[in-house]
Amino acid sequence: MAIDTSAPSPAVSPALHVRRRLRDDRRHALIFLGPSVLGLALFTLFPTVMALVMSLFNWPVFGNRTFVGLGNYARLLGDPIFRQVVLNTCLFVVLYVPLNVVVSLGLAAWVSPRIKGRSAFRVLFFIPVMAPIVANAMVWRLMYQPAGLLDSVSQSVFGVETPSFLASSGTAMLAIVAMSVWQGFGYNFLVFSTAIDQVPQEQLEAAAIDGASGIQRFRYVTLPMITPSLFLATTLTLITSFQVFAQPFLLTAGGPGNATQTLVLFVYNQGWRYLHMGLAAAAGWVLFVIIMGITAIQFLGQKRWVHYG
Amino acid sequence: MAEAVTLGRAAGRRRGAGLRSVISHLLLVAVALLFAAPVLYALGTSLKPPDEVFTRPPTLIGSELRFENYIDAFRYAPFGRYFFNSFLVAIVGTAVVVAVSSLAAFAFARLRFRGRELLFVLFLGTLMVPQEVLIVPMYWLMQTLGWVDSYQALILPFAFTAFGTFLLRQFFLTVPAELVDSARVDGAGPFNIFFRIMLPLGRPAVAVLAMFTFVAYWGSFLWPLIVIDTIDVKGTVPLGLNSFVAQQGTQWNLLMAAAMLAMVPSVLLVVLLQKNLVRGLLTTGFGGR
Repeated sequence: MAIDTSAPSPAVSPALHVRRRLRDDRRHALIFLGPSVLGLALFTLFPTVMALVMSLFNWPVFGNRTFVGLGNYARLLGDPIFRQVVLNTCLFVVLYVPLNVVVSLGLAAWVSPRIKGRSAFRVLFFIPVMAPIVANAMVWRLMYQPAGLLDSVSQSVFGVETPSFLASSGTAMLAIVAMSVWQGFGYNFLVFSTAIDQVPQEQLEAAAIDGASGIQRFRYVTLPMITPSLFLATTLTLITSFQVFAQPFLLTAGGPGNATQTLVLFVYNQGWRYLHMGLAAAAGWVLFVIIMGITAIQFLGQKRWVHYG
Repeated sequence: MAEAVTLGRAAGRRRGAGLRSVISHLLLVAVALLFAAPVLYALGTSLKPPDEVFTRPPTLIGSELRFENYIDAFRYAPFGRYFFNSFLVAIVGTAVVVAVSSLAAFAFARLRFRGRELLFVLFLGTLMVPQEVLIVPMYWLMQTLGWVDSYQALILPFAFTAFGTFLLRQFFLTVPAELVDSARVDGAGPFNIFFRIMLPLGRPAVAVLAMFTFVAYWGSFLWPLIVIDTIDVKGTVPLGLNSFVAQQGTQWNLLMAAAMLAMVPSVLLVVLLQKNLVRGLLTTGFGGR
């Protein structure tokens, strides 16, 4: 244990006292920070660099590695399947993010403090967020199954047989988006709901006295005040939606054809089905660059619509 | 006279508002039911006899409530093993994350040393790297260490996240500096301050971190899928569910029973810590401002 220096003896000059205290903290900092610095270095920094190195090699899981320079990246660019994979991922993002934000923001505005049982809604909507994604996906496989809930409701109410949601290329991606919104919006719902709570009641009342309707109050009072939350939630949702994996893996396995194969699914297939670790690493870096780009654009653009008051 | 008219109008508006409020509540209940429908239907299916899973019109409850389905699921696949593995990995993993990140958080919040701010920014920077970029080199690292198909491979690689450090640091910063200073004057060293003051005061934040970490381990799928080969020995619940589909794909009632059980810890945590749920979001800076 370190010698205590915070009660200096009169003989020690203040400057010396401060210096000694700084030195002591440094020694303790080493102990307190040691585990996480080592862990982050070994399990995050080193692999990040290794991913870049591996992407420059023809790197089979077993066998000889050969340096190919940017060969893997060139191969990705020339690969029509990879191009489709990028487009699929973008399609998912373009459908999922706005839907998620609109549903969660809309419901958060609706489930206002005046609604009874508000915390019950928060808990309910948050359950799929916390539940294992595999369990959620199994539940939705049952929904989408021919003769499953959706199909049998449609048949007995409208007498119409539904298409096989997961097996036809027109609906597979939509089915994945619907399941993803169901499972994911509870997080943003909680974020927005909490943010709306912080809007001063007097301002809303003042607007109401001035004759603003509910929608106007939301548009001109609430919305500007929650833009910081809106910004953070949209950025996080964007980033995570580019990383979508479990939903297509479990619902469609990327099919039919390659219609729902996403970037991370591509990484997985290249790495662990075809054992091309180099190509998988390169595809992973493409994902990383896309995410960094999106984040940068978001942060540059935030000045225009985020109000930190 | 004019006053009476105004009062009358206000009362009418109140009556209108009351009716609107009732309609609003009813509609919301309908939305909640629609939202819960998939899980309710799955719950019903988990209790049905196998030949009543797909019926027209759909039913929520079959001709009998077969609770044996839950026992049968454990007979058809080693779900006992999967649950044991999942609990082991999630509990040990959570302990590691809480220990490592609370130590680091204390250093960033309360110790003075050169380069602290720079190191902290570096820590935050690691949050930018998505897990999906790391899996390829991480698998190679596991091969090199001989960790493929092991518990430590399930626990350690993603236990060192700056998220926990960040969350707890924010909380430790709210602890009044006078409290720490007076403890120092009384002769307490950093270890004493950490264990006697910071950790006890930080319990709500630690609880939130532990909860989110447990849930992340419990539901983790991509990394276990990659690093575990012997699913029936080292597999976690998500892997077990996935392989159950491949092997017993048509036993929907048993599959749903297993899926429902997999959701139980998550549901319990959400319900038990519902107040902290919001506090956790606030602590991470996602709520309000």
